[in-house]
Amino acid sequence: MYSEKVMDHFQNPRNVGEIENASGVGTVGNAKCGDIMRMYLDIDDNGIIQDCKFKTFGCGAAVATSSMATELVKGKTIQQALEVTNKAVMEALDGLPPIKIHCSLLAEEAIHAALWDYAEKNGIKIEGLSKPKSDISEDEEEEEY
Amino acid sequence: MSKMVYLDNAATTKTSAEVVEAMLPYFTEYYGNPSSLYGFASHNKDAISKARKTIADTIGAKEKEIYFTAGGSASDNWALKATADLLGEKKGKHIITSKIEHHAIMHTCDYLAKKGYEITYIDVDENGVIKLDELKEAIRPDTILISVMFANNEIGTIQPIKEIGAIAHEHGILFHTDAVQAYSHIPINVDEYNIDMMSASGHKFYGPKGIGFLYIRTGVKIGSFVHGGAQERKRRAGTENVPGIIGIAKAAQIAHEHMSEWNDKEIAMRDHLIDRILDEIPYSRLNGGRDNRLPNNANFSFQFVEGESMLIMLDMKGICASSGSACASGSLDPSHVLLGIGLPHEIAHGSVRLTLSDETTMEDIDYTVDALKEIVAQLRSMSPLYEDFVKKQNNK
Repeated sequence: MYSEKVMDHFQNPRNVGEIENASGVGTVGNAKCGDIMRMYLDIDDNGIIQDCKFKTFGCGAAVATSSMATELVKGKTIQQALEVTNKAVMEALDGLPPIKIHCSLLAEEAIHAALWDYAEKNGIKIEGLSKPKSDISEDEEEEEY
Repeated sequence: MSKMVYLDNAATTKTSAEVVEAMLPYFTEYYGNPSSLYGFASHNKDAISKARKTIADTIGAKEKEIYFTAGGSASDNWALKATADLLGEKKGKHIITSKIEHHAIMHTCDYLAKKGYEITYIDVDENGVIKLDELKEAIRPDTILISVMFANNEIGTIQPIKEIGAIAHEHGILFHTDAVQAYSHIPINVDEYNIDMMSASGHKFYGPKGIGFLYIRTGVKIGSFVHGGAQERKRRAGTENVPGIIGIAKAAQIAHEHMSEWNDKEIAMRDHLIDRILDEIPYSRLNGGRDNRLPNNANFSFQFVEGESMLIMLDMKGICASSGSACASGSLDPSHVLLGIGLPHEIAHGSVRLTLSDETTMEDIDYTVDALKEIVAQLRSMSPLYEDFVKKQNNK
């Protein structure tokens, strides 16, 4: 059911872990649906994402999309990271089964949530970034989407 | 093939060699249509009749009360829809069932609800046992059927069938039970258990797929479900699946001959599995009670991890299991059974069902527990829920 790339990223997930004192942390999804992703970003003074780590509770596709998303944003500028859409994540994984597309959306939202956190912490506004709806870092009682 | 440990026997079982051997002549030698007149085909008529008798004997029924179908779902659909047809106009449109039925019952009830029938779903307790007082209270003058599964397919809970049947009969209501997981695994007697209709399926007890039966008590006058020829006493048309019928009867005969021996063996392995998991994997729980459960069923939830991930990792180690997580079921909601026993969503998502067979060994069980320990630890190390939990613990 999964592509070889998805299986590879599930079996050998890249960048699993936490970043202490991260520049931005975003947690999206909810336990009700069975997927929660947390993304940590380490962003330097030039706005380059030096490091990115994740933790995910979820199915194989959720783990694989998180892993791929961290690979895609690492070393990128904030603006470039914003261009990492769910479609880009899916394409990089050679596709996902239709019922797993929401996992790639969650990965995109996790990046956005972490960037939003970074912007808030630094009192800046990132153009083109709005607060992700399924960010559960503050409000744990989100509605099912 | 590399090592495979098959622990999904509630999904389906391996057709036993003896069963296949019994079936084979009915493909190439005795291929005649049982409805034909000539002697060559009439052998098959006798063979079917014998098979029917074999099955009837296992549940204390009469030969003419066993009707062969295409399997469990076909039997469930027949029992519910034909009862509705029979009594909907005459008596009423109210049906009582439980919250943890198989989808073959659930979705048939949905269908009937759309046709104007009213369905009451009775709650179960934390072990998955139906609440009898609620059942009694739900009964109305227009109740035409109570349908409660004999044993649950996910958590293995055995229902108080005798009591449910007695309650139904006190009120003159028909009682159907989906015994797909229970039949040929534990003893069933239709009179003792007050059963009017009972569904069963061959491939759950080492018989072939695509064959099952519905027991219909004499005097229960539900009509035909498939119209056409005069097969199955004019109640289910279609040329008989002769090899399947021979196969299911053979499988039932073998299962009943070995029932207590297999039960003892499976219970010993199941209990060892449960003990080891609960002892050695922290934040794990057994779903369903320890008593009152099918000999071959164990179902666990592991906090902070998700079921599908566990299944993929088990598969990589050659272990076949199943899960009640949403991802495994193809919807966003986890299993209605696990929610039905009161589990919160995130714990229901982290469930794994392991169902044994007579071929399972203690070695298989130990291999599986060792694998699960590793897998759960690995997935927890990347789980944000576990991270939060550990931080909370440290802050205490």
